[in-house]
Amino acid sequence: MEVDQMQRQCLDYTKSLFLEGFLDGQFVQLQQLQDENNHDFVVEVVSLFFEDSERLLNDLTFALDQKSIDFKKVDAHVHQLKGSSSSIGAQRVKNCCIEFRNFCEEQNIDACLSCLQQVKQEYCHVKNKLETLIRLEQQIVAAGGSIPTMEF
Amino acid sequence: MNLSNGKGSNSSSVKTGENTISDHFPAGLRVLVVDDDSTCLLILERMLRFCLYEVTKCNRAEAALSILRENKNGFDIVLSDVHMPDMDGFKLLEHIGLEMDLPVIMMSADDGKNVVMKGVTHGACDYLIKPVRIEALRNIWQHVIRKRKNGGKEGEQSGSVEEGDRLQKGSDDGDYSSSVNEGKSSKKRRDEEDEGEEREDSSALKKPRVVWSVELHQQFMAAVNQLGIDKAVPKRILELMNVPGLTRENVASHLQKYRLYLRRLSGVSQQSSLNSSFMSSQEGSFGTTSINGIDLQTFSAGSQLQSQSLAKLQAAGLGRSSAKPGVPMPLSDHKNLFSFESPRLRFGEGQLQHLSNNKPINLLHGIPTNMEPKQLVNLHQSSQTLGNLNMPLNVSSAQNNPLLMHMAQSQSRGQMLSENTGSHVNRFSSSLVQPTVTNGISNGVLGNGIVGNRNITSAYNPVPQNSSLLSFPMNQSNEMSVNSFSLRNTPGTSEFKGVGGFVPSYDMFNEFNHQKSHDWDLTNTGMTYDASQHVSPLQGNIDVLPSVLVHQGFPSMQQTVQNRDTTSIGKAMFSTGEGIHQSNLQNVGQSFNNLLVDNSLRVKDERIPDQNSQINDFLSEQYGQEDLISAFLKQQESVGQEEDEFDFGGYSLDNIST
Repeated sequence: MEVDQMQRQCLDYTKSLFLEGFLDGQFVQLQQLQDENNHDFVVEVVSLFFEDSERLLNDLTFALDQKSIDFKKVDAHVHQLKGSSSSIGAQRVKNCCIEFRNFCEEQNIDACLSCLQQVKQEYCHVKNKLETLIRLEQQIVAAGGSIPTMEF
Repeated sequence: MNLSNGKGSNSSSVKTGENTISDHFPAGLRVLVVDDDSTCLLILERMLRFCLYEVTKCNRAEAALSILRENKNGFDIVLSDVHMPDMDGFKLLEHIGLEMDLPVIMMSADDGKNVVMKGVTHGACDYLIKPVRIEALRNIWQHVIRKRKNGGKEGEQSGSVEEGDRLQKGSDDGDYSSSVNEGKSSKKRRDEEDEGEEREDSSALKKPRVVWSVELHQQFMAAVNQLGIDKAVPKRILELMNVPGLTRENVASHLQKYRLYLRRLSGVSQQSSLNSSFMSSQEGSFGTTSINGIDLQTFSAGSQLQSQSLAKLQAAGLGRSSAKPGVPMPLSDHKNLFSFESPRLRFGEGQLQHLSNNKPINLLHGIPTNMEPKQLVNLHQSSQTLGNLNMPLNVSSAQNNPLLMHMAQSQSRGQMLSENTGSHVNRFSSSLVQPTVTNGISNGVLGNGIVGNRNITSAYNPVPQNSSLLSFPMNQSNEMSVNSFSLRNTPGTSEFKGVGGFVPSYDMFNEFNHQKSHDWDLTNTGMTYDASQHVSPLQGNIDVLPSVLVHQGFPSMQQTVQNRDTTSIGKAMFSTGEGIHQSNLQNVGQSFNNLLVDNSLRVKDERIPDQNSQINDFLSEQYGQEDLISAFLKQQESVGQEEDEFDFGGYSLDNIST
């Protein structure tokens, strides 16, 4: 595949992610922070996000699995997940977290558990999407092209 | 991103720690960023580097402190997350303020009003909502400059010299004129800064603090009156007063405060009315207090009356000009005394603000309403914050009328509650905001409030002192001044201040609508708040209550228009209620309850002065300067130590802090 085609494909894919709400403007900011001196910035950040998120999701699962749930702790975890997801632009995950926190405040166990499932799902979605995107971008770079940036 | 290659580690010598500012400024600004979230930390670091800053990142607050301690002059500004596992961001903020006096910017995904308010009251220069965009980071250097300017360190920067001149001049005629120019928020800010600057200069030069005793103030007043308020310049006042040891600088700052006080009287901060209403509401039996009897009556009558008074206040607030009915202000001397006193306290507060900014005492920022002028003045910021609250009402641009309309939408508030993810307070508040909070508010709120307050406190700042702070005014039979001072001195004050701060911020919005200079109002509110130290928590609470009441009894509120003050208060409450983050309301209500339960008597005693002062301020139009002056003097006499304390506190905050 030619670089042009790859770039177009990459751009279309990125656009779709925005349109579908997986990513928001914050992700564009991250892309703009990447340059020749920091050419792996996005990958770095996204990987870090994956790490953090998986850890947080595990902590959340554990916390909600307790006999007596410490909602403060749960809320703290969700808050952190909200922070990091919003920082990289993972919009759907962030929105899930917002809802999650509401239920934490209400100490609604069932709703929290359901939210947890939802967050996990959204996280998996966005993780797949981002991995695909990164793969596309890396292919472009490997082919000698530059990563197309979106106008947001 | 028009910065070249985002490399932030250029070695352009920005000797910001020293007295020079390199030409490359703000490039090379030395930033320490603290965040336990490594994703955010990485992004922030990259963004800051992109802005050409020198970045050090740290994911633990303790580590950050040790880094700062080891490199006392190694950093220019600190960015810190609010929620961190090892140490609360606000605590870190306090430490940094105390030990290094660096500008600190707080960040959080939490955009709850009370959290932002906490940032303000703890002395943060700014509060950024995550996700942080690079545009927000580009301008953080302004905080460094501002702090330097206000730091008043001699020879700090080349800019500071001229700034100092400007400030000095400002404290003379410049400030006076700016104080006369209402609505000039920037000028107000400058006034505050000037005040702080002056204070700083004084302390830097190790001048003994001047205690504005009754006699001294009388002399001052006499001199001012002789010269005429418009022509009263510090130099001539000084000459007329002929007090050995008194410097023109002392007179200048005192004059500035006095002018602010007068402005406030003419401008009528709703806060004062709010405060008075709060006080009266708390007191129920206040009825007879000299405070705008109207407020008292309304409050004593019960929630309904409260709402009525609130409505009145609101009406008063709404149509400020029209709000001034010929309400027979039963202002007694007692009231007058306090009315002037509170402004003075406010002045002191204003100083405190700056002091706290400059000094280690972040507690001073406890002035609840003292949101950073930037924040307050910057409606955008506030609206942003508010917007995040899912408030149906855009407070920042809200007029009183819209507020009223919104008030009726108590349900929307309920929605807001549920939507509010911003604070733990919501948990508590929900009970408050429920429709049950009507006539039974005082009772219900009490029950809820107390608990809620405590909880909220712990949620945000698990400092044992907080609870003591909260209950401080209640248990204290001390004068307001004492309370305020203690608040300032107590580390946990921040918590309390956060609660108290709700009202002022809202007042700010109201004030804004009334074209008061934001800064001024903000400052005033904060100062006013502090002025009535013990009142402030109450006031804050009352704010909530009235707003709640307002919401509930919107129709009833409209009916009663007995008291201008009450209406204005109500208005303020409305706005506060509307604009208040639900959690805030709850907090306020809760603390209100707390206060009610614990200190009904004491509140009464102590509140009266504040209320009076507040009301006086509000109704100042009716009183000429001379009345105020005489009232002030009387206040001085009657208040006695308190008065001095206030004065003292106002001016000698440095002493207290140190």
